[in-house]
Amino acid sequence: MANAILSGNEAVARGAYEAGLAFAAAYPGTPSTEILENIALYKQIQAQWSPNEKVAFEVAMGASFGGVRSLVAMKHVGLNVAADPMFTSSYVGVNGGFVIITADDPGMHSSQNEQDNRRYAKFAKIPMLEPSDSQEAKDFVGHALDISERFDTPVLIRLTTRVCHSKGIVSLGRRKRVARKPYEKDAHKRLIIPIHARLRHTVVEQRLKELQHFAEKSSLNRIERGYPEIGVVTSGVAYQYAREVFPQATFLKLGFTFPFPRKLVRKFAGLVKKIYVVEELEPVLEEELISAGVQAVGKERLPLEGELSIEVVREAFFGPRRRRPVDRDVVPRPPILCPGCPHTGLFYTLKRLKIGATGDIGCYTLGALPPLNAMDTSVCMGASIGNALGMEKAMGQEGAERMVAVIGDSTFLHSGMTGLLDVAYNRGTTTVIILDNRTTAMTGHQDHPGTGRTLQGEPSAHIDLEALCKALGVKHVLTVDPHDLNATRKAIKKATQQREPSVIIARRPCVLLKEFRVAKKAFKVDPADCSACGLCLDLGCPAMVRLDDGRAQIQEFLCVGCGLCLQVCPKRAIK
Amino acid sequence: MKDNIKNVLIVGVGGQGVLLVSEILAEICMEAGYDVKKSEVHGMAQRGGTVVSHVRYGPKVYSPLIEMGTAHVLLALEELEALRWVNYLRPDAVVIVNRQQIKPLPVAVGLQAYPKGVLTRLRKAARVVVIDGVRIAGQVGDMRAINIALLGALAVLLNLSPAQLRRIIKRKLPQKTLKANLAAFEKGRDAMEVEQKQHRTHRKKEHTR
Repeated sequence: MANAILSGNEAVARGAYEAGLAFAAAYPGTPSTEILENIALYKQIQAQWSPNEKVAFEVAMGASFGGVRSLVAMKHVGLNVAADPMFTSSYVGVNGGFVIITADDPGMHSSQNEQDNRRYAKFAKIPMLEPSDSQEAKDFVGHALDISERFDTPVLIRLTTRVCHSKGIVSLGRRKRVARKPYEKDAHKRLIIPIHARLRHTVVEQRLKELQHFAEKSSLNRIERGYPEIGVVTSGVAYQYAREVFPQATFLKLGFTFPFPRKLVRKFAGLVKKIYVVEELEPVLEEELISAGVQAVGKERLPLEGELSIEVVREAFFGPRRRRPVDRDVVPRPPILCPGCPHTGLFYTLKRLKIGATGDIGCYTLGALPPLNAMDTSVCMGASIGNALGMEKAMGQEGAERMVAVIGDSTFLHSGMTGLLDVAYNRGTTTVIILDNRTTAMTGHQDHPGTGRTLQGEPSAHIDLEALCKALGVKHVLTVDPHDLNATRKAIKKATQQREPSVIIARRPCVLLKEFRVAKKAFKVDPADCSACGLCLDLGCPAMVRLDDGRAQIQEFLCVGCGLCLQVCPKRAIK
Repeated sequence: MKDNIKNVLIVGVGGQGVLLVSEILAEICMEAGYDVKKSEVHGMAQRGGTVVSHVRYGPKVYSPLIEMGTAHVLLALEELEALRWVNYLRPDAVVIVNRQQIKPLPVAVGLQAYPKGVLTRLRKAARVVVIDGVRIAGQVGDMRAINIALLGALAVLLNLSPAQLRRIIKRKLPQKTLKANLAAFEKGRDAMEVEQKQHRTHRKKEHTR
């Protein structure tokens, strides 16, 4: 069949399709998001966004119980959310094949930490595959499903940003027909009470031994013969960089990395004089080599932090290179809130009121950057509300008045709801501001239960945020348009001074959403009226530029006519 | 073997259409029978920030990322972004840069200054071809066609089949913007051809001297 240029994520979707997958679920998160977006294009696969990764995991697991091939995908930190069902999933095993995809983010292009989820495989006792490019990303999904069914186990596929978002040529195949397996009740296997779990743990340990044996012979682990002076052991995208740096060396290219093929590594050690382990982040392979009694050089040369690249690997083993430096005055170009972004008015108001904010994960995290600087904390999905309540507990009423929680609509439905319940339950007075822009914006506008549309864009139950907050025990729920600065200011003042928990829903659709975009005229600053006070520049709107004399100018090609600057200009100079 | 690989770094500001250019380039490389890989980062980096796309093609490509100091071509849709990536250039590299300055937020609000003499500095690092993408886009009546104008220039430099490229552009772009983009593509090609001719005569003169 034909070839196509696919990203790793597109290739995973294609691989799922070809392997006869019938169900997939996920919560969006960079760099994993496009996996489900592309799976959704295949009519033969039922695919869905779930409210969070834990639910997605449980639903996909249920589909496997029901007898079909099933997949769940998430970013690395998403697997922390789904860790609870994952750890027990190895005990219960599968019916239809079940694949867990984790997309790690070395270098933290779009993440809050750099955890290496390969550690999870060993921890949760789940076999793991590591594709190194798009072709392998496609092929490994099929392999993983076969392994899953053969050994009655979930299988983890670990991707990284450079596998997910790099494109390469992939040869396409046809879809395999896979019949649904009959479901039979088996409480000893799937009903995990201690008496069953003890027996299942024995099964897990026995299964790992069999998988270990299987990994030794797997075609996913291969020796590429070269000169015997240097042997390179590597996996994932690190293989690609190592291939460029050591073109003549002998390679042990690992695709099946847990359980670790110890005998194969010992055999490899006999073929070469010296072994280098080239891997990103944690010394996972290196530790396995050491425990197999094979001497190797890895993290004593390579960094534990950040992404690898050809130059990082080359310099680690061959010393620093002379390179053309980049001039020091090349100013950074940080990501910014878009012109017309509904979050801008909200953060501007908080800043003017000198109210701090515990933040959360989404586009609005950009409100933390200058000139808005409107955020105190940001930890993980949903943390804003618990953090704000904890600060109130520590700092008393002062904490509740001078600090609010800000959280996006998608994030609130992901894991903010339980935090809000805690505020109501434990007599907090914290104000929670839900930045409701009607989408999951940061990852590229995915639907969620609040938008009333499914992954495929079909209409579905539309969650009423106001009613939901009230049901969680909050009496004071206000809805404002964050582009109306006056109303926003009043709402925040009122809510923060209340001695009861409150929620402000700052509702305005994301400016990038097509159906909501209103083409208005760009505004202009009248230089005769501008007093160079700089208040409009404090908005941090990308369309607003400071001239050399301190006056403001609007870059017309960027202005969407939202009118925020009109509201802050004391001289009415913007028209 | 490594020398058979061409490394093209395409850079710009989020929203300028860097990824579309690298997409089209990768596509034509595959159609021409090369192995090709390209890499970029999505997500946080897209919101008006720096965007960089690595494209590598040749008989067999391993790394999706270009090694610093080995890019044959730097295609920049914005001047400051061109300067940001000079550490990726080979000594004999060519920089094709769009004559346009987009102020990053720290500059726009007056916290930092946009570097001066960007093009002069670039010329110290490599052969520089300046394309007036803004003017071309104005002429064809679509300010978003700057990227395709620059693609036209790149096509001449890399000797890519214009007919094949036009076919891919037609496949990738929405119908209503096609006419303007195809016109921008031709104008970008013309601009590069003029430059190439000048460059060749200039080099001939240096030889005879």
